[in-house]
Amino acid sequence: MVSGLFKPFTVAVFSVILMASFSALSAQEPKKKSFDANEVIFGHISDGHEFHFFSYESGGKEHEVTIPLPVILYSSQRGLTVFMSSKLDHGHEPYKGYALLTDHNIKEWGLDTKKFHAEQIVAVNEKGKVDEAVKIYDFSLTRNVVQMIIALALLVWVMLVIAKRYRKGEGVHNAPKGIQSLMEPIITFIRDDVAKPNLGHKYEKYLPYIQTVFFFILINNLVGLIPGTANVTGNIAFTMLLALISFIVIIFSTNKHYWKHIFWPPVPHGVKPILIPVEILGVFTKPFALMIRLYANMVAGHIIILSLVSLIFILGAASKITGYVVSPFSIAFVVFIYFIEILVAFLQAYIFAMLTAVFIGQAFEGEHHEEKVHV
Amino acid sequence: MEAMAVAGGAIGAGIGACGAGIGIGQIGKGALEAIARQPEALNDIRANMILTAALVEGAALFAIVVGFLAIGK
Repeated sequence: MVSGLFKPFTVAVFSVILMASFSALSAQEPKKKSFDANEVIFGHISDGHEFHFFSYESGGKEHEVTIPLPVILYSSQRGLTVFMSSKLDHGHEPYKGYALLTDHNIKEWGLDTKKFHAEQIVAVNEKGKVDEAVKIYDFSLTRNVVQMIIALALLVWVMLVIAKRYRKGEGVHNAPKGIQSLMEPIITFIRDDVAKPNLGHKYEKYLPYIQTVFFFILINNLVGLIPGTANVTGNIAFTMLLALISFIVIIFSTNKHYWKHIFWPPVPHGVKPILIPVEILGVFTKPFALMIRLYANMVAGHIIILSLVSLIFILGAASKITGYVVSPFSIAFVVFIYFIEILVAFLQAYIFAMLTAVFIGQAFEGEHHEEKVHV
Repeated sequence: MEAMAVAGGAIGAGIGACGAGIGIGQIGKGALEAIARQPEALNDIRANMILTAALVEGAALFAIVVGFLAIGK
């Protein structure tokens, strides 16, 4: 009864506060340095040259608490340059003829936003202006790369520990212990519910790939949820590479029935001109959907969390009271979304592994089906 | 003109999400009814439900991509 009333009540309170603060927002113009939610959100979800935790003001100067990462640049004119990203001072100072672009100095220098983006490193001349003649290849260890390597090391370590125990017979003849108890149900779940039903008798051949892709996405999703870390699985290049690997695996497990169904589908001749292009397109849309699905889900989750946190600062900029009143509600929603995001982290890894298994299964099925038709 | 493109992209993505929402809702409804009738087939139904939902979601994602392209142009 009480819980039944609680939800509509909180919704009502929340909407009243929102209405009140929006009218307050339009009533007074912000005088101080305004809070740009767009910049904050996209700064958090995109790649960067440092792990950024928070910034504070003291003595009229802004201090940023970060972990700098190495910058590795190559250009044919200037050769190889290696230095730490802290030397660039968050875009305030050029170093060795290179400068870091931020949203602020892109606007200040009047650069083309289609060619340049924030967190990009550009070559500058003596006057401090961008030198477009120098072509830079950026091989920097950005936070996505560093975090992916850390997550990978963690995964390999956990897997080697449990593999060693199984080899010694622990968990085979007796009950599994410690981290084995955590991983074993997940591994058997992937084997029994993802690989076996979709891949049939060939499942042992593809099981290592399915398991690897599942655990690799899962650990990157989960590590990416820790505050202050990078959003690895919400990077289109990362998901594109995973989708590309899956595409290669799918293509290499096809048989002649699969290609026959694409180039000469068993339909009336009049329908063929329509169906053949659709089937050919379907070969590419499958991995494309895998790529976009993982990317969009992870980015959307991070944006929702950051938007709810930003709400506090947007309303706090209008007046301090609304900021304080909204923050408990906002934090409650953030915690709620966070739990959903943990679920999504598992779900997206599962869906990626599942769909890869289904597509591989589709690629080599048909041999039995065709035989039955001929008999 | 740019504002129109942004509005068009946003509205298109929104309509795409509506369609996918209806579709996934139907899948969830069907799956729950099936589980209620045959609780022992839970695992098979769940796997197929997630698979179908992922495929429907793919359509929504394409709508979002088209929306992004409309904004970018």
